[in-house]
Amino acid sequence: MSGSRHAELGRFIDRSQPRSFTFDGQRIAGFAGDTLASALLANGVHILGRSFKYHRPRGLWGMGADEPNAIFDVRLGQEHRPNQRATTTLLEDAMVVTSVNANPNAAKDRFRLMDRLHRFLPAGFYYKTFMALDWIRYEPMIRRMAGLGRVDPGYAPPADVPHLVAVCDLLIVGAGPSGLAAAHAAAQSGRAVWLVDDAAQLGGSLHRRGGQIDGADWTAFADATRYAVLNAGGRILCNTTVWGAFDHNVFSAWVRRLDGPDQHMRIRAAEVVVATGAIERPLWFANNDLPGVMSCEAALEFLQCYGALPGQRILIATANDASYTVASALAKAGAEVTLVDQRHDAPDADDITQIKSGILTAAKGKTHVQSAVVNGQDIPCDAIFCSGGYTPTVHLWCQSGGKLDWDADQDALVPRPGTSSLKPIGAAAGQFGLKAALATGHALFGNGNGPETDAVTPRAQAPVRPDPNLPGRQWIDMQNDVTLKDVGLAAREGFTSVEHLKRYTTLGMATDQGRTSNFAGLAAMAAVTGRTIPETGTTTYRPPFEPVPLSVIAGRRRGDLFNPLKRLSLEAAHCDMGARFREYGGWLRPAVYGVGAEADLAQKEAKIARDIAGIFDASPLGKLEVIGTGAGKLLDFTGYMRMSTLKPGRARYGFMLAESGIVYDDGVVLRLDENRFIVSASSSHVDGVRARLEDARQDRIGHRHVYIHDVTQGLVTLTVTGPKTLDVIAGAGIDLPDLPHMGVVETPLDGHFLRVARISFTGDRSYELTVPGRNAEGLRARLDASLKNAGGKWIGLEAVMILRAEKGFILIGKDTDGNTMPHDLGWVGPMNKRDDEYLGKRALFTPEGQSETRRQWVGLRVTGDAVPETGSHLIPTDGPRRSLGFITSSYFSPNLGRPIALALLENGRALVGTTVGCFNDGSVRNVEVVDACAFDPDWSRLNG
Amino acid sequence: MQQFPCPFCGLRNETEFHFAFEAGHPRPEPAKDVSDAEWAKYLYLHKAPKGKSSEIWLHLTCHEYFILHRDTVTREVLSCDVLPGAEA
Repeated sequence: MSGSRHAELGRFIDRSQPRSFTFDGQRIAGFAGDTLASALLANGVHILGRSFKYHRPRGLWGMGADEPNAIFDVRLGQEHRPNQRATTTLLEDAMVVTSVNANPNAAKDRFRLMDRLHRFLPAGFYYKTFMALDWIRYEPMIRRMAGLGRVDPGYAPPADVPHLVAVCDLLIVGAGPSGLAAAHAAAQSGRAVWLVDDAAQLGGSLHRRGGQIDGADWTAFADATRYAVLNAGGRILCNTTVWGAFDHNVFSAWVRRLDGPDQHMRIRAAEVVVATGAIERPLWFANNDLPGVMSCEAALEFLQCYGALPGQRILIATANDASYTVASALAKAGAEVTLVDQRHDAPDADDITQIKSGILTAAKGKTHVQSAVVNGQDIPCDAIFCSGGYTPTVHLWCQSGGKLDWDADQDALVPRPGTSSLKPIGAAAGQFGLKAALATGHALFGNGNGPETDAVTPRAQAPVRPDPNLPGRQWIDMQNDVTLKDVGLAAREGFTSVEHLKRYTTLGMATDQGRTSNFAGLAAMAAVTGRTIPETGTTTYRPPFEPVPLSVIAGRRRGDLFNPLKRLSLEAAHCDMGARFREYGGWLRPAVYGVGAEADLAQKEAKIARDIAGIFDASPLGKLEVIGTGAGKLLDFTGYMRMSTLKPGRARYGFMLAESGIVYDDGVVLRLDENRFIVSASSSHVDGVRARLEDARQDRIGHRHVYIHDVTQGLVTLTVTGPKTLDVIAGAGIDLPDLPHMGVVETPLDGHFLRVARISFTGDRSYELTVPGRNAEGLRARLDASLKNAGGKWIGLEAVMILRAEKGFILIGKDTDGNTMPHDLGWVGPMNKRDDEYLGKRALFTPEGQSETRRQWVGLRVTGDAVPETGSHLIPTDGPRRSLGFITSSYFSPNLGRPIALALLENGRALVGTTVGCFNDGSVRNVEVVDACAFDPDWSRLNG
Repeated sequence: MQQFPCPFCGLRNETEFHFAFEAGHPRPEPAKDVSDAEWAKYLYLHKAPKGKSSEIWLHLTCHEYFILHRDTVTREVLSCDVLPGAEA
């Protein structure tokens, strides 16, 4: 096939701006406005890729998102875009374009011999063959031989796509003739219309098919519509694909921009019109995938919009009136055209060689079309343009929940009225031809007669179906290499549902989402199984309508913005003190301070905190104020331990259970005065605890009796711990009131409040000092100077974890799992004593809650210095091997000079003093079951 | 993206809400009078109707629970109510 550029035609290209790029190393010239497809076509490049499975040479088929073959890898400067469709990628200067699934290139592909093996590679070949073999050995090889482009792991596209949320009154998707007519009428009646089209300019099929509207060229009507829309306060969005319909009339749109990053829009529309047109069906004959076989509509588009003429001796095969326009345009452009119409009553075509009742049965040629077989006769040609009719583009309709009806007259599945709130018009509704498009569009919003046209309405398209009796391979899905025989095979093997057909043969599962293949597939399945098309049904339509880059969907939510962390008020100060940060439960917190290996630093910090003093930032600890006369009653219900009996100025440790009896959270509750409590939820559970408190407040205690106020973010808590704690605090000039363990008091400091709570998460004497966030730096600076004098150190979360584990203090979610109840952790008092109701109470007394094989919380003692791995399973020392539980936390304790471990162990408390096996990575070591508290078991340091 | 009406704040995106519980399941208590089967039914055996459904939802930004009547098939929101005893 030869390619050429028509001297005048090409409304999209600007011949004053030449552009060039390389395709598989070959330099290709084009113009501004060209797509990669039009430039390659005009330059006579006909092999654009290799097929997915058989590595057959493939050329261009279509003109938009329906393109199954021409998929390219595109580089432009630093940028890398894999799997771009040639038809939708605008040519930019200096692009480096390569074909995919071809090596070294599309024209000379090393795996082209695969096609000879096709007899042995039918649908389901891999499922059947590699079931019994070691798939892992073959997978890499098969993946290399089949597929699309490769991701360049060295290139990360910039995270620069803004996500916009928009609301509009009337959204019209598609700016072809029906969309234009609808937008014109709506704007005239004062509606603010958003008119969206995926092409660069308004017009849709009018660009290639032309036409007179209201006695003038259609472009005048398009201009008038643009003016009317903008004048009525609407918007025109070109280069924009509406790719998905979602709940409650939300539509997602991808806006492509050449002069900046793309945009992504989430549009909520009160009313939506679907004017998405139709997609041309192929014809089915032997070798219908040969380069040079193209869609009629696409050929017309390339000629009229880009001046690209893909051949000189052209055979057009059709069964509908719409192809006649294509034939005469090509003939007028200077090509030699033969028109083959399957219909015996085909209309007469003037000045064009025409064969009526002509059946195209095969294309011949090695790497491109050389002749066509029509009614048994060879007709030499260098291109075959074919049309098997049109399929309405109903993707958005179906995504929104709309159903389809079979319209036998139009030989198409069309929207069933009343099944979706969307309004389909024009070809998308099965109303073909310019006259019907304008009329259905106008009728939605206009009065009286709509725009006039003298266009002749085409006759209903004649049904065309794949013929299973034809010899040779007829391609149904070109992108995934599915032939008519594969459909027959699927039917014989029982995969007769279209959903099974799709999964078994992969028909319609490629990036073109079966634009050109779904209809043929279901028509073939209907024929093979003796059912009608509506009985056979269609597969489910799901977003996206066409491939959308992940960088567009992700937008700016990447890296630090992917899941933004909560930050400490004192972050900058911690940085200055050498803190190295990590995420802990959604907060960015100091892991360790200083330079060197993290594990070593944590050991040092944990040692100094025990020997002298340490300070850590405990600000993320939840601070939920519960205020009111009902506060005690509320906390009694939401907590496992009673809080109404707490004296003002004191604190109590407690659990919050889920109704299933599982420990949801733990923490200390402070009672500041009769009607004011503070719940210190775990830092990662603050929101969940608050929701549970609100639930009990609103549904049980009553709105008016108690209020809940989350002040976590406004306060900073620094915890001083260690034997020299009192010296550090006194050295900081803070006058510490005399507090018992679990005592709390608020005193003034520097003109603001200071809350002092004597609570210990380390087992040493500790004070939590809480001040308003804006006053935190003053407190930090005082403590820092004093800490240095005392020889203490700031400690990070890693050291805090070691300290709490030495004492056997649990961390909910780490040391507990979704089965852990309070009595498993040794807290049996409330369960046995409380008569009143509390969250989760009943579940504790179920057979499951009372089981004698529950996993209980214990410590483990090992010999040697090797720390047993967290997650290791505990097993019996003799008898059949089974899991008795697992290690939840394990560290090397610098203060004990040996490893420590905590575990959930079946019936663990009864096993204290015995030995169990610890299984990890194939080896077993014996460990002794001990009490969870390994350090200072008589709690002497709490008051030391 | 569905939109739900919070009786206190008005129409908001579904990402501002959490499902809490199916409506119409009073908590069986006191615990000592509740059988294992009754408790299991309260926790797990919900109707999950196909079609019209009444559910308790939490509006995360104002922290109010409310009753939402909706159709689980069409996703149509039918109406919303405050919890008994509350005022919008």
